[in-house]
Amino acid sequence: MGIVPGHAHPPAALRSARAAALALMALVLVLVGGTTVAHAVASGERVVGTLNNAGTPVEGVTISVERGGAEVATGQTNDAGRFEIDVPGPGDYTVVLDTGTLPDGVELRREGGERVEVTVRPGGSGAALFLLGENTNVASTRLDRAPQLLVGGIQFGLVLAMGSIGLSLIFGTTGLTNFAHGELITGGALLGYVVNVGFGVNLIPATIIAVLVGGAAGFALDRGLWRPLRRRGTGLIAMLVVSIGLAFVLRYLYLIYFGGSSRSYAQYATQSPVDVGPVGILPRDMVIMGVSVLVLVLVGLALQRTRFGKATRAVADNPSLAASSGIDVDRVISVVWVFGAALAVLGGVFLALSQQVGFQLGQNALLLLFAAVTLGGLGTAYGALAGALVIGVFTQLSTLFIAAELQVVGALIVLILVLIVRPQGILGSRERIG
Amino acid sequence: MDIAVILENTIRALFNAEALILALAAIGLNVHFGYTGLLNFGQVGFAAMGAYGIGSGVVYLDLPFGVSLLLGIALAVLLALALGIPTLRLRADYLAIVTIASSEVIRLTARSAELRELTGGSSGVNGFSQGFYSMNPFSPGSYGIGWLSYDANRFFLLVVGWTLVALCSVLVFLLMRSPWGRVLRGIREDEDAVRSLGKNVVGYKMQSLVLGGIFGAFAGFAFALANSSVQPDNYGTQFTFLAFTAMILGGAGRVIGPVVGAIVFQTSLVLVENVLIQAKGAGYISDRILESTDIGAVRFVLVGVALMALMIYRPQGLFGDKKELALDAR
Repeated sequence: MGIVPGHAHPPAALRSARAAALALMALVLVLVGGTTVAHAVASGERVVGTLNNAGTPVEGVTISVERGGAEVATGQTNDAGRFEIDVPGPGDYTVVLDTGTLPDGVELRREGGERVEVTVRPGGSGAALFLLGENTNVASTRLDRAPQLLVGGIQFGLVLAMGSIGLSLIFGTTGLTNFAHGELITGGALLGYVVNVGFGVNLIPATIIAVLVGGAAGFALDRGLWRPLRRRGTGLIAMLVVSIGLAFVLRYLYLIYFGGSSRSYAQYATQSPVDVGPVGILPRDMVIMGVSVLVLVLVGLALQRTRFGKATRAVADNPSLAASSGIDVDRVISVVWVFGAALAVLGGVFLALSQQVGFQLGQNALLLLFAAVTLGGLGTAYGALAGALVIGVFTQLSTLFIAAELQVVGALIVLILVLIVRPQGILGSRERIG
Repeated sequence: MDIAVILENTIRALFNAEALILALAAIGLNVHFGYTGLLNFGQVGFAAMGAYGIGSGVVYLDLPFGVSLLLGIALAVLLALALGIPTLRLRADYLAIVTIASSEVIRLTARSAELRELTGGSSGVNGFSQGFYSMNPFSPGSYGIGWLSYDANRFFLLVVGWTLVALCSVLVFLLMRSPWGRVLRGIREDEDAVRSLGKNVVGYKMQSLVLGGIFGAFAGFAFALANSSVQPDNYGTQFTFLAFTAMILGGAGRVIGPVVGAIVFQTSLVLVENVLIQAKGAGYISDRILESTDIGAVRFVLVGVALMALMIYRPQGLFGDKKELALDAR
């Protein structure tokens, strides 16, 4: 098949060793080989879930798994109401509960609830949720859920802003629409994972190391690839296509050396929420939000107050004019790449804390980043921040009204609508849209 | 290393369905990008319209096969209009972002559980290709010569498909020689100059978007029929970029470019994959460097390298004319 990327990736222990090898070569091979074996042996693809009727587990219910209409596997719930059914590989399955085997008095909460669609990722397990009996939770109204979603949205927006500011400044200073920015985010998440799990460094210093390496990578990318291309006079569209090629190369190298499965960091992966007023927030999310705000304020101050920040804004506004007034444009661009990549790496680690580390993490966020940047106004730093917050809050709050799986769709439709009404974005200037 | 197996698989790839699908999608992209300079990164959206047009049309709407084909084309035209109206007045990279976003919107919407009654949700659409294969005039058996042999149904699909590729290419050739085609190329080179001659630039761009979108829908037909199934996740952004690479490889702005590009591109991918598989089997590559299950991913790394190298060193591809094609945005 030429069109579909390969889906079968073995969850072998060696893979994580090789993820490390990609970045840091030989030393890691020894380290990780031993630590993840136990995890890897148990990680065939499967479908899991728990049947629960008003707090009591439901035992002995037959659950079958279908693919393309044909049954591929079957199993029963144990005395804890749990079922774990091995499936032949990653992909989409329909999990069917045999209603005939439900004990007397136990019924599905709603009609048609015996069939559930589950996506099993390579090396992972898909959770099938069957709702039984009356809903014992206090019915939550939209108004009740709104504050929680708002906080989640602000957090998501702040994390997106880490990526969107770099994306926007790179666009502003060089004109490059960088389709490989998502891979910088993924790279950050993976780098954090390698240092954290591979080398056994606590996540906080691991993140700092990852951010430093990310900054260096940004510098290398600019000096090694983009600056030579600018010197050659390569067109903007050609550079855009080059960035797509680069995204492909990086993404699939991540897949080859890291594998297709999702993983968690060694620390802060499971926490219980702390109640703040009407919302429960995980401690790590508070830290994420705090650090994000701090970093973004620092970036804002640097742009606004320092000589270099002024130079950056001048280059973003008009490179030729900036150059003619004595600003070293190439140096500004290098620094923008360093900070843009470092921010993306930090955003990647934060994103992976809430969504798990996986090779498609950044790719999935990229379109939201574009939406944020376009919404805020291409090429402006503050616009990118504002756009990211709007997109973050919007995607979360939209789940009040539409299915969660469609939240990205909502954001992208908003992007398209904004382009019709105000193509320069919230904070953009008119002449940029040409 | 079994050289014969490598050769056989590579030669079999020359005219297979993957090359056919890429060729159709790339012909559409060539109209958009090669001739008009429109940066359409959502070609897969048009292919999805075509595929779901016949799939959902036959299975969920109970339409006859022929009407479903028309539905697919109509959906692609509608998509082109919906994309073009907000973005054709804007700069090239806006169109790029909106088209890639809309193609993801289409995929995510099609695979959502909400639309299961219309698109089959994440399990897609199956069982619609009977209408096509029942028209097969070839009696069961093997057709072709040597390694290029196919069973009757596959042979029918390939004959119809490559005939369609030829017809589309001739159509593009004739259109681009016409005054209409000259205006498109003028827009690609200098939009303002064309506007100053009193041409309705947005109108021409829209016509180009619709035409290329219809070719994209043809690619969707071929994709759906070749698999006898429409799976939403096959219609992700990588489809567009494969077609884009094929077009650039062959030479954007040339009639034959996307067709030759698709065949050469697809064949080289298969060649590399088979060489890797054989080298792996013979023990030339250790597991530390590459595991055999990762060979599929290697081809995508190569796609990326090819795309970068082509854009940097040979943006005109195999057959393009560098002078004619000024690949740049305003």
